Formats: sequence, structure tokens, C-alpha cells
Amino acid sequence: MATPLRLAALLLLVLVAAFASAARADLVISRADRKVDLTSHIVRVLTSLKVENAGSEPVSKVLLAFPNIQAKNLAAIRAFGTEGKVKGLSSILPIEVVEPSGVPPELTFFSASLHKPLTKGKILHLDVLTVFTHFLQPFPEEITQADSQLVVFQDSSHYLSPYPVKVQTLSIRLPGGRVESYTKYGNTKLVDSELKYGPYEDVPPFSYNPIIVHFENNNPFAVAKELIREVEISHWGNVQITEHYNIVHGGARLKGEFSRLDYQSRPYARGVSSFRHLIARLPARAHSIYYRDEIGNISTSHLWSDSKKTQLEIEPRFPLFGGWQTTFTIGYGLPLQDFVFSADGKRFLNITFGSPMEEILIEKLIVKVVLPEGSKDIDVSAPFPTNQWQEVKYSHLDIAGRPVLVLEKPDVIPEHNLHFQVYYKFNNISLLIEPMMLITGFFLLFVACIAYMHTDMSISKNSPSYLAKLQWDEVQATVQQIQGIFGQCLAVHDKLETSLHDLSRTGDAKSCKAARKAADAQLKELAKELKPLWLSVQSSPQSYQIWPKLEDLVAKEKELQEKLMARHATVVDSVEKKQRGQDIENRIASQQQKIAALRQEVESLLEYLSEI
Amino acid sequence: MVCSWGGYTFIINLIPMHVLLCIVTGRYSSRLYIAYAPLVILGTLLAALVPVVGFNAVLTSEHFASFLVFIILHVVAFVYYIKGLLTPRLFKMAMTLVITVGLAVCFAVVAILVALVASSPTKGWSGRSLSLLDPTYASKYIPIIASVSEHQPPTWPSYFMDINVLAFLVPAGIISCFLPLSDASSFMVLYLVTAVYFSGVMVRLMLVLAPAACILSGIALSSAFDVLTRSMKFQLSKLFDDGPAIGNGSPNGPSASMVNTSSSKNEKTEKSEAAPKEKPSKKNRKKDREVTESASVKPKKEKRLSVLPLEASIVGTLLLIALGGFYVVHCVWAAAEAYSAPSIVLTSRSREGLHVFDDFREAYAWLSHNTDVDDKVASWWDYGYQTTAMANRTVIVDNNTWNNTHIATVGTAMSSPEKAAWEIFDSLDVKYVLVVFGGLVGYPSDDINKFLWMVRIGGGEFPHIKEPDYLRDGQYRVDAQATPTMLNCLMYKLCYYRFVETDGKGFDRVRGYEIGKKHFKLTHFEEVFTTHHWMVRIYKLKPQKNRIRGKLKKSKSSSKTSSTLAAGRKKNPWQ
Repeated sequence: MATPLRLAALLLLVLVAAFASAARADLVISRADRKVDLTSHIVRVLTSLKVENAGSEPVSKVLLAFPNIQAKNLAAIRAFGTEGKVKGLSSILPIEVVEPSGVPPELTFFSASLHKPLTKGKILHLDVLTVFTHFLQPFPEEITQADSQLVVFQDSSHYLSPYPVKVQTLSIRLPGGRVESYTKYGNTKLVDSELKYGPYEDVPPFSYNPIIVHFENNNPFAVAKELIREVEISHWGNVQITEHYNIVHGGARLKGEFSRLDYQSRPYARGVSSFRHLIARLPARAHSIYYRDEIGNISTSHLWSDSKKTQLEIEPRFPLFGGWQTTFTIGYGLPLQDFVFSADGKRFLNITFGSPMEEILIEKLIVKVVLPEGSKDIDVSAPFPTNQWQEVKYSHLDIAGRPVLVLEKPDVIPEHNLHFQVYYKFNNISLLIEPMMLITGFFLLFVACIAYMHTDMSISKNSPSYLAKLQWDEVQATVQQIQGIFGQCLAVHDKLETSLHDLSRTGDAKSCKAARKAADAQLKELAKELKPLWLSVQSSPQSYQIWPKLEDLVAKEKELQEKLMARHATVVDSVEKKQRGQDIENRIASQQQKIAALRQEVESLLEYLSEI
Repeated sequence: MVCSWGGYTFIINLIPMHVLLCIVTGRYSSRLYIAYAPLVILGTLLAALVPVVGFNAVLTSEHFASFLVFIILHVVAFVYYIKGLLTPRLFKMAMTLVITVGLAVCFAVVAILVALVASSPTKGWSGRSLSLLDPTYASKYIPIIASVSEHQPPTWPSYFMDINVLAFLVPAGIISCFLPLSDASSFMVLYLVTAVYFSGVMVRLMLVLAPAACILSGIALSSAFDVLTRSMKFQLSKLFDDGPAIGNGSPNGPSASMVNTSSSKNEKTEKSEAAPKEKPSKKNRKKDREVTESASVKPKKEKRLSVLPLEASIVGTLLLIALGGFYVVHCVWAAAEAYSAPSIVLTSRSREGLHVFDDFREAYAWLSHNTDVDDKVASWWDYGYQTTAMANRTVIVDNNTWNNTHIATVGTAMSSPEKAAWEIFDSLDVKYVLVVFGGLVGYPSDDINKFLWMVRIGGGEFPHIKEPDYLRDGQYRVDAQATPTMLNCLMYKLCYYRFVETDGKGFDRVRGYEIGKKHFKLTHFEEVFTTHHWMVRIYKLKPQKNRIRGKLKKSKSSSKTSSTLAAGRKKNPWQ
């Protein structure tokens, strides 16, 4: 794999020589220092250039060249320029892809536009940070559990530039550990874990001197094949973030067995190329954090939080070896006031774009910003180009749906973890729509219930069954009244009883007589009241079922009344005649029994009626 | 009901039993007819629509009881109808006629049924029903039913664990059901008795017992509260009545008055005679309540006999409430500990806190993310549905046990030596084999403990698997005394592969001894994943050795070196 690349490079060199004359000769790089960081799987190259204008005309653009093979893996490029000798006043320069005429097609050019043109003899300090993904190729591509992961890095020991370079150095920081091999040129040094090439002097433009470093890198090659980040804004006070990860170990593939025994007994020797946890740095006031996958909660996670940040350490269900993958979801809530602000009548969300995971490469990142229902005039400002479109999401009680702004970007690295803004207009009254909807809904439901209870839904008002039902209702009402009357009668009977009791205690016959008179009068009155009800029941055709019972009841009650009165009279009489208690008892014994029997019958009849 | 569970046969037999009981005890009414006749017809039709039941709804013995009772019910209904039409003399004549004809028809039908039923070996009963009716049946003939732990008979502790205080309240409930016996309460009694029997046969039929026990204890509690509150009310109202009486300056309470208590005394005696007769009937109880509500003096005396002292009834009420309260606590505890804890995520409490064993999901997640979508996984059938749902992979056997040949095939493979097992699995297009092993952490329901069922079920279908080969002194052992067949079978090898290297001895914490064969290599399988606590181990079938290419080379080289005759003799299958 390394050989074709080298061939390509050589070919390039030949081509470059041919086009060298076409290069712009006005600029000269007096010093180029490159620092390559190979400690993680994301390769960062910081190039410090000292650019001098040797020509006569002012130059406003500096060209940066990369071989296509590198440019394809370029995830981010940033240039900071400082004019003159003063350091620290650097400013970010805008960068764009250009295709200057007369350059070999194997090269991709970026041009950094200067804020003000570089005039003759002036010096510009240019710092270019380039970040590459998939740059380290695992070699061998398949390893066993016990092997550590070896990767290959290819570059040029000379800085590839369309300008002549006077002095240049290259230093490569390796992660430590074994270095299998590296290309040795004249002044090449390997000190500790730092590989140094150069200094080289007076190198012509477009010179390319390939180097290959083959070294051990066991840092987690965590690659998210896809990450869907959903940011949902609720103006009730929450920004909910849900992130769906599909993570794969992007390093050398595991071949052969996976032995848990080896992994557990010697984790650093057996399984050194694997990783078992990832760290996410969440914003400080994150709450309600969860970590799960499609088959439920994953219990292996730890959370630390302080006033500056919340750190979440998650462990996938199993350690990830090369080529293994897993999916999971993390979610957390953030306080609204920390992320949503308002300015000139508009609100805006200001939140980071990338994933909170450390050193993770995201091959495809989709950020969905779900705005509350009723948001208008949606506008986004992102610090780098993204694909954008809008969707609609329906959630509970939504009518029009929530507008969703979708941003998509391939190859996202931690350097892309910048803030982006989504501007929108939202009226607070819209917040009340959903509660009001519920309230109205329930209100209408109850109103409907009330209306239903109060309306007569029968189809025909003249149908026999309807009439029968009406009549039956009437009969029932009357029967209830009759029952009430009988209840009163019984109460009067009870009063008579109590008067007898009093008599037995006090011997006051007069009051007892008075009570009887009163009871008599009451009973008569009740009988009078009963009469019309009685007649109405009699006349109703629906009463045939209960009519005999009623008749029975009335007769029984009358009898009971008479009996009671008679007994009362006897007792009072005998008391007045000063007879002994025993005699009185004997005299009324038979009556007593009848009364009891009658009373029971009356009660059972009443019971029967009440059950109807 | 039929759609959800095979246990519908319980209901479809219980209801006819109740109907029959009602008829026998002379409780036949038109309501019974209206309730039962449509149920049988509609129920059978609807049940026949369920695919797994189909024509079984009219063909198997489980359903005959309902049809028989259906016929009897019609005969009885007809008799009652005739009785209403005819005079008593005519009725007697008709009765004899109908009975003779009816009996003849019945005999004919029964004879046909018996002939039909007797022609089938299981007498028309499905194995499941037979294992219920005869608790020893399953262990004799259907190992797959007997192998399920929830098909074992329950132990006494499990009764107390599950129904707790209900066990004591249920007898009381039965008694109150008999006072008086109504249609509904007789059904309850019948339900309970049958449910108790079935729950005694299989643990999982505790499910059937639970509602019956709940209803009956509810009845018991309700009648107990009824008695207690009624007596409390009576005693309280007496207290209040006495209070004003004394305040009015009357010298004696009614009970103390000696003078002229004639009338009330008489009443008392009379009512107290009447009381015991009235008391139990629900109607009268209701009446009593009404009367007490009307707050007169007299009716209270009716209750004299059923009245308890105030203190006793208050204490009794409080005790009952406390009992109910404790039962709620117990239920919540049982629901949380025994029933809510998913058996897929195990926890253990140690001094450092809760330790979670999430190995099953770890393995399923690994399978679902790191194997090909079309790969098939073989495991014992207990893990079938789990694998399908959580790992999203096709399994060879799952928890559906309607057909047990395929389960027997996997059982045979697990109990065969490695090569034979590889051939079986390869013929089933299996890529991965999953075993559950608890020996490292002491998880007892692992595949080694289930192994006897694999042997038994496998041996039931494939006679070359003989159970005695795996037994030493009638026991399944995997220690030094185990039989060579046992130590060479696939299950043993997959479970204990490289296990000895964990502690140097190979001590199995579930079985409590060191394993028999400690150092061995796998030739046809390779370990691809083992979970954190070793509870699930996944092996991959090694691909077949590439013999064809070797042959090709050989034949080529031979053809090069030797004459064409040799090439002609050795025919290359790929030419």
C-alpha cells in the first residue's frame, strides 16, 4: 500500500519540476517549521511560515498546496496571519479552494487571503493548522487480540509549497511506544518520541521528498459512522439534547479469537488496541443525563460535575476491538437561559456544533434543531459550510408541527466544536396554545357530557316503549312517595311505642293518651296524603307488577295501625285501672305477637318496593 | 382469551362445570340458559378462528365437557318448558318419554364420542392437559414440558410468598360463600377448588389461583368488616341513646328498668328468635341497615346475637386494617423483588453497593452489532426469544415449543462430541453458538444445569443419545467422576473452554467442585466473544477445511508428473 503512494509522489515530483517555472516567484518562504502531531488518530499539522514578498508588487494571497491524496482527508484548515515582527496579534484569514492555472492536477490549492496586501520586502508570519482524518493507515490491517496496533504515516520531509523555501524543519510527535521504521535521510533524528527532519535549506518550489513512519499507536480510534444530534428547544425552560451514536473502532481489524480470559488477566498486553470507554464533556448545568441503547439502559457510566463542566464517562456494553461497532444514545437537558438569547426582536440559539466526546471523528454529523411550534423566520449562521434543509416534526399535541432545521456535515472533528447560531422568531403566547387546547378539549368533553345527560335522545316521542318508560318513571316516583309516607307511618308507630315505654316508667297515662291522639291525627293526615298517590298508581297501566304488593301493603299497614291503637288503648286503660304489669302483659300478649308479625310483613313489603 | 393463552381450556371447562352444578342443585333458570348457550356456540366458533386451535375446538377432549353440558342444558330447558305447558299428570308421562328418548340419544352420542376418543392414543387429550390431570405424566412422556421450571409443582413457601395472608382468608371466604350459597358464590367456590388443584400441579398456574384467592378473601374481609362495623354502630348508638336518657334525669336505662318492661321484653325475645334466621341473608342485612339508619330503638334489638362488644370490634377492625396494610407492603415488596427484577439483568448486593450483571444484554448487543444480519445463532431454546428480540438475529430454536423436533436437534448437538455437533450445526447453517455459563460468578440457571433436559429431549427424538451415558450414579456430574461422554460433549467444552486458566484449578462455583477435564482445545469452534462475567459465551463455527483446493493441486501436480491415465482415473469433481 505504501509503494503506490511513493510512486505517485515520484510522479508528482516529475510533474512538479515541469511546472516549477509557472509558480509564482514573487513570494519566498524564508522559514517553514512543521509540527505533526500523531498521538491520536486525528492528525494535526501546525505549519509556521515566514513569508516574505521578494517581488515588487503587493501580494494579497498566499497559496497553500496539498497533494490530492492529503486534501481528500483534510477535515479542517485554518490560517492565522501576523504581519511584521510582533507576535500575538494574529488574525484568522479566510481560506478558499482555488485552481490556479498551470499547476499539476495532483495538487489542491488553498488560498489564504490577507487582510491587507503584503508589500515589497514585508514579512508575514502565517500559522496554518491543518487537521487530517483517516490519514494513519493501520498496517497490518488485521491484528490479533494480543498484537498492538501499528500505523503508517506518509508525508514529505520537504514542505510542499509553490514558493521556494529557504529554511525548513519538520518534527513529528509520536505517541510513544515502539517505532517500527521510519525513512532516514541526512539529518534525521529520533529523540524519545519525537522524530525530526531537517533543517533543509534552499529547497525549490514543489519539492516533495516522501517519508514513511511506521509506528505503534494504541490510542482509541473512535469513529462515529453517524451521529444524529437533536437539539430540542422548549420555551418552558429546557433545551433537550439527544445524541444517537454509531461508533466503530476504526483501527486495525481484529482477527481470530477474542478471549475474555486474556483480556481480563492481562488487559494491557492482550487487548491493548481496544478501547472500553469514552469521555464526554457536557456543559456545566446539564441535567437528566441518560445513556442507553435500543435494548435498554446501559449501567456502565460515571458522571462527575463541577461548576465548569459535567464529565460523563461512558462505557459501551463491550470493549471495542478493531472493526467492532456499537450504537448508543446519550441525552441530557440544559437550562434554556444559558443557550437561548434574544436580540432585536429575534431569539437565537447559541450552542456548539460537534459532539461532546473527546477525540472522536464523526464521519457524518447531522444536527437537528427542533424549534418550538410557531417559530418563524428561521435563519442559521454556522462557522463553516454545511448542508442545510428544513423538516417538520410532530410531537404531542402539535397541530402545524415543529420546524426542524437540519445541518449536515461530513468528517467532523473536535476542531469543529464551535458555536453556531439559529435565529428565529417566537411569540410567547404560542406557549399557551397546547395547555389551552387541553383545557378546551376537556371543557368541551364535560359540556358534551352535561348536554347528553340533559337531552332526551329517544327517536320517537310517541312510540309505545317510550310512553311506557315515561309512565314507569312516574309510577316509580309515586311509589317512592308512597314509601316515604309509609316510612312516616312507621315512625308514628314508633312514637306510640315510645309513649308506652314512658308510661311504663312514669305511669303518666294522660300524656300517653295525648300522644295517641296526636298519632291518630298524624296517621289520618298521612292517609289523606296517600289517597291521591294511591289513585294515580292505580290508574297507571305500568303498575300491574307492583299493584298487588301495594294493595297488600296498605291493608297490612291499616291492620297494624288498628292493632297498635288497640293495644295502646288496652295498656293505657289497664294502667289507669292500676292493674299489675303481669296482667297487662298477659292481656296484650296475643296482640303483641300479631303486631310484630304485621310489622315484619310491612317492612318486607317496603323492602320489596324499594328494590324496584 | 383463546388468542392469548392456552389456559382458556380451564375456563371452557370451568363454566360447564358450574352450569352442571347449577342444574344438579336445581338452580336452573332461563338466565342460566341465556348465559350459557350462546357462550358455547359463539365461543367455539371464535376459538376455531384462532389458527393454533382451529378444528381442535371441536375435536379434542378438552372441549367436550362444554358440549355435553350444552346438550344437558337443552334437555333440562325442554323439561321445564313442558312442565309449564302440561298438567302434572301429563307431565309425568311426557317426562318418562323424554327421559327414555333423551337417554338413548345421550348414550348414542357418548358411545360415538368414546369410540372416537379411544381411537387416539392420548384419549384425545393434548399432552399439556394430560400433564395437568396426571401430574406425573409430563415427566414420563414429555420432557419438554417437564423441563420448564415453571411447570414444576410449587413448594409450600411459594404459596405463602405468592398469596400470603390470602391463604388464611380464603377458607373464611369459602364459608361466607356458603352463607347462603347463590349461583355466583357457588361459581366462586368451584373456581377456587379447581384453581387450587391446578396451582398444585404447576407453579405457573398460580396465575389462575391468584384471582380466585383475591375474590374469596375479599368476600371474607367484607363480611368480617360488615359484622364488626355493624356491631360498632349498634354499640355506639346505644351509647348515644343512653347519654341523653341519663341527662334527662330518667332514673334507669331501658335495660335496668324493672317496672313494666313487659312490651319491650316480649319484643326482645321474639326478635332475638327471629334474628338468627334473618341474619345471614343479604336482603335482610340490607334491611337491617336501613332500619338502624332510621334510628329507632326497637330494631337494634334484632341484632343482639350478632353484636360483639365495642372494644372487641374496634380492635378487630384495626387488626384487619393492619393485616391488609401489611399485605399491601408484602405485595409491593414481592412485586419489586421477585417479579419486577428482570431475569435478564441480575444484581447482587455487596458491601460496595449494588453490582449489576448485565451480561446477557452485553452479549446480545455484541451479536446485533458485530455479526452479519443473516447469521444464525444456535442456543438452548430458553434464549430464543431474547436473541431474536435483543440481538435481532435468526435463531434455530426459540421459546415456542409446539414442535420439539428442532429443539431435540439442538439438544442432540449440544450433547454430541465436537465434530458431530459441528456437522449438525453446519447442516442447520448456524454461524454462532451461544451458551450460558454461570460457573465463574455462581449463576445457577446456566446451561450445564439445564443440560439434563438437552440430553433427555434430544434422546427422545434421536435414540443414539442415551441418558445413562451422561450419568454417574444417577447424577449429572462434570467433575473428575463424570463420564467420558459428558466430558467430551460440546456443551461441556463450550462452557469450560479455558476456564481452568482463571484460577488454575477450574473450580465451578455453581456446582461447587473442580471440573473434570481441565485442559482441552477446540478444533471446530472458536471463541469470538465472552461477556464480562463469563455468563454468556459465543463461539463461531470454524469454516470447513479447504480440502477441495488441496485435491485440485494434488490432481494437477499428479497430472503434471504422471501420465494422463492417472488423471483420468482420479476424477476432479470440478471439471
